[in-house]
Amino acid sequence: MSQTKRFLAVTVAAVTALGMVGACSKNTEGTTPAADGKITLVVDTFGDFGYKALAAQYQTEHPNVKVELRNVQKLDDYKPKLVQYLAAGSGAGDIVALEEGVLNEFKTQPQNFVNLLDHGAAELQPNFLPWKWDLGRVSADGPLIGLGTDVGGLAVCYRKDLFAKAKLPTDRDAVSKLWPDWNGFISTGKKFTAANTGAKGFVDSVTTSFSAMLSQAGDTNFYDRDNKLIADSNPVVKDSWNTSMKMISEGVSAKIPTWSKDWEAGFKNGSFAVTMCPSWMLGIIKGNSGEANAGKWDVAAVPGGGGNWGGSWLAVPTQSKHPKEAYELAKFLTSPTGQVAAFKEAGPLPTAPKALDDPAFLALTNDYFSNAPVGKIFGDGAKTLKPLVLGPKHQAVKERAFEPALQAVEQGKLTPDKAWEQALSSAVKEAK
Amino acid sequence: MTSSSVVRPSAAAVAADGRVPWRSRLTRADVKLAPYFFIAPFFVLFAIFGAFPLVYTGWVSLHDWHLIGEHTFVGFGNYTALFADPDFWNALRNTVGIFILATVPQLLMALAIANLLNRKIRARTFFRMGVLIPNVTSVAAVGIVFGQLFARDVGLVNYVITRLGLDAVDWQANTWSSWIAIAVMVDWRWTGYNTLILLGAMQAIPKDLFESASLDGAKPWQQFWRITVPLLRPTLVFTVVISTIGGLQLFTEPVIFGNGRMLGGTLGQFQTVTMYMYENAFQRFQYGYGAAIAWALFGLIVIFSLINLLLVRRAAR
Repeated sequence: MSQTKRFLAVTVAAVTALGMVGACSKNTEGTTPAADGKITLVVDTFGDFGYKALAAQYQTEHPNVKVELRNVQKLDDYKPKLVQYLAAGSGAGDIVALEEGVLNEFKTQPQNFVNLLDHGAAELQPNFLPWKWDLGRVSADGPLIGLGTDVGGLAVCYRKDLFAKAKLPTDRDAVSKLWPDWNGFISTGKKFTAANTGAKGFVDSVTTSFSAMLSQAGDTNFYDRDNKLIADSNPVVKDSWNTSMKMISEGVSAKIPTWSKDWEAGFKNGSFAVTMCPSWMLGIIKGNSGEANAGKWDVAAVPGGGGNWGGSWLAVPTQSKHPKEAYELAKFLTSPTGQVAAFKEAGPLPTAPKALDDPAFLALTNDYFSNAPVGKIFGDGAKTLKPLVLGPKHQAVKERAFEPALQAVEQGKLTPDKAWEQALSSAVKEAK
Repeated sequence: MTSSSVVRPSAAAVAADGRVPWRSRLTRADVKLAPYFFIAPFFVLFAIFGAFPLVYTGWVSLHDWHLIGEHTFVGFGNYTALFADPDFWNALRNTVGIFILATVPQLLMALAIANLLNRKIRARTFFRMGVLIPNVTSVAAVGIVFGQLFARDVGLVNYVITRLGLDAVDWQANTWSSWIAIAVMVDWRWTGYNTLILLGAMQAIPKDLFESASLDGAKPWQQFWRITVPLLRPTLVFTVVISTIGGLQLFTEPVIFGNGRMLGGTLGQFQTVTMYMYENAFQRFQYGYGAAIAWALFGLIVIFSLINLLLVRRAAR
């Protein structure tokens, strides 16, 4: 008797526990009905899109609309939440920000988003760089689910004080000349390492360089144009991999994984002298380095020419009760003037040709980064960017197959050959 | 007892005129049903938040279910795929490994601390409350602090290790080091909780047992193993079962240790079953497969709890 009772107790406890595992919180808030004749439009973003001033302006221009900004700091926290809202059929904002990788994954399930062409979005096409516009579409002639907000133009951020210690030039033009290509970058890194500055390495880790190299390909990465996985046969992937391996074997990498505690602290401690910086990374570098290091960082050109890393779109979920009004707001936020205003507030690089040509934008400098002319550095690169074909699971293949494999080589856990095999087999799994 | 005295007159009434009076029927219903009403709140809540998700998860696990897309019925396809999935077995090995590495020292420490707190020491209440503080600390805060302690370049643990003349350890890179780091986090949080439970049970042991043992010349150590531990058996069973359920669902500590990612290290060296479930359901959108992992985990928890129950009962006999 006591046996069965105990068995029951264990079972009930285990069942309860599983219930906790299985249950996921579903948020029922969302579009609020019109109580005072006003409609509320909720805008979900991650990081900082720089929409505070724009939202206030929109509300004064449209007295019947109340704009509510909801922000989640980390994309990693934002994405699962959004997915749950979509799965539950309620809870998502009337406008949701979709990062490049997220957008591509959601394209396989386009029924979750409003086709913005139905609301007359076709007229907005000249507002965007052509490839940015195309990426917002599910297919070449498919529905348009996203309006571009920003692009991730590439540059390199470097520590002037550490460069001076290693007797390397510190002027940003001279630094850019050190590395016309990745081999120049590696040989500079070797010089830096030989100088024994006390840093753990030249560049934080090879994963960011790997991403930069892929983004410079200007054609295909892991997928071909028919969304077929070609990670094993595309020379772009193999070349980027080999260059990354060379960086590790030449001792150029500080082997500090991006976003780790060591990485965050490394900015303050000067653990590395160089990191890849897409425009959205400037704020992160500033935050991690702190005021004490103001003026020590500067911005130079990226080895091997410009590339695009990251950038986002605004989409309207089909579950929104006010798709028409939401579209109007998205149109306002992504307009050329909206993009410049957002850049001034938070730094996402505009994707509107008009905004990129704006003299006010080109004249912008960043005082934390030694007054680097960021408007010019990033703006010049942005217009020459070549469109990149990203497949549905590009982000997953990069972040969950290739980056861990690269890090395993840095950790000395795998040989380059074994790591390459592992990356490819994980890629197949991620792409399923 | 009171019920029988209430029921009896109504039985007499039945005998008297052959039909049950309305009032006594109500009384009888009251007696019979009231207890169910009293315990109903738990079962209603359990049905909504426990049983329903459980059954629903089972239903989902029989489908190829894209989280925000379509789903088709595949029967037990997810389960056959799961049992042939090396990543699942890897996650299971990690989970069990960390569980053993964390739970065994944890319960032994809890037993030792409880024994100390059971003595007449100064500021007893202060220490008794003190052991619970780690448990009420936010688990995210625990993860962040320990993540910093075990950082490779800037961590305090490596600072001490290198000061002692040893090589710094890349805690995340190796299987053994990541398991230890996570087990330390778990123990820091849960040892105090188990200590209090064991302490409560220790205080229920009659003092005269120890007195007579002392008179017979039993040393404190002997008293502990011969009297305290055997009498704690039911409580030990409870703590072991609770630790099993918690340990096999280990999630937050390894996630935060791995910088918030579900991969559990470059080679999945500390990816637990729940992390693998989350990765599949919410990052790969394979909701059906994730649900199958949840059910497999449920089965494992039942099996492990039973094994532990048997082991602890035998050991403490």
